[in-house]
Amino acid sequence: MGRLAPIVMSITTFAGSAQFAAASIVDEDGAIAAAIAAAVFLNMRYAPIAISVAPLFRGPLWRRVLEAQLVVDESWAISNRGGGRFDLGLLLGAGLVLYPVWVLGTVVGVLAGDLLGDPERLGLDAAFPALFLALLIPLLRTRTSIAAALGGAAAALALVPIAPPGIPIVAAAGVCLIGLRPS
Amino acid sequence: MTGVWILVAVVGATTILLKGLGPVALGGRPLPPRLLGVVNLFAPALLAALVVTQVFASQQKLALDARVVGLLAAVAALVLRAPILVVIVVAAAATALARAIA
Repeated sequence: MGRLAPIVMSITTFAGSAQFAAASIVDEDGAIAAAIAAAVFLNMRYAPIAISVAPLFRGPLWRRVLEAQLVVDESWAISNRGGGRFDLGLLLGAGLVLYPVWVLGTVVGVLAGDLLGDPERLGLDAAFPALFLALLIPLLRTRTSIAAALGGAAAALALVPIAPPGIPIVAAAGVCLIGLRPS
Repeated sequence: MTGVWILVAVVGATTILLKGLGPVALGGRPLPPRLLGVVNLFAPALLAALVVTQVFASQQKLALDARVVGLLAAVAALVLRAPILVVIVVAAAATALARAIA
């Protein structure tokens, strides 16, 4: 991807997995359209995720749009208080810490990536699932949330072999329709 | 090279749009009650989906590899009520160790 493009992308697209997916397709000389599609599919989960925290964002339009950009998997998961409640301070705080780390990390990776070697050798790809698991366990207090977790995991695993990456996660959000309350 | 910049622009704009739509349409107001039951379940469902896809999926294939060792180590650490940071380090270290041995 060259040197400048990954850095600009980290600044404008604050969403790691989509960037990794797009970069790996470009690096393997894949079509640009395929890289765009993969990244957009991966980021589709931010539509439901952002809806879940929407009530937190107040004030003028520009401020709501700007604050919503700090929503990433990690800041969203950390700010979750259970029962559908989220903490705005934690969400923005975590986002504001992660964003510069993400951009600076990209700069370091572009300039010195070859020196650092393969991050998988350090087991770093197992770090985020461990974080997400640690944040998931305390949520499993009600029968419906356990059903949603099992259903989400099952739907995602079932779709991995047949759908492009990203779609399995969006499908997990679809499972939550079991929580639809009769009006 | 132009293609890469098109990619950066399109993905950037789409991501900002996807993240911004909900807060722009619903911002500052409580969610409609009917929707609340669904949104309450997003956290457990999406977190579970992120865990299983990041551990068992390699692109479009299901795989059992060193990441599973990391997940099991994370479960053990959680059972022992370790703090989150310890859980993360233990998972990464166990995966790295499994890769080094394999």
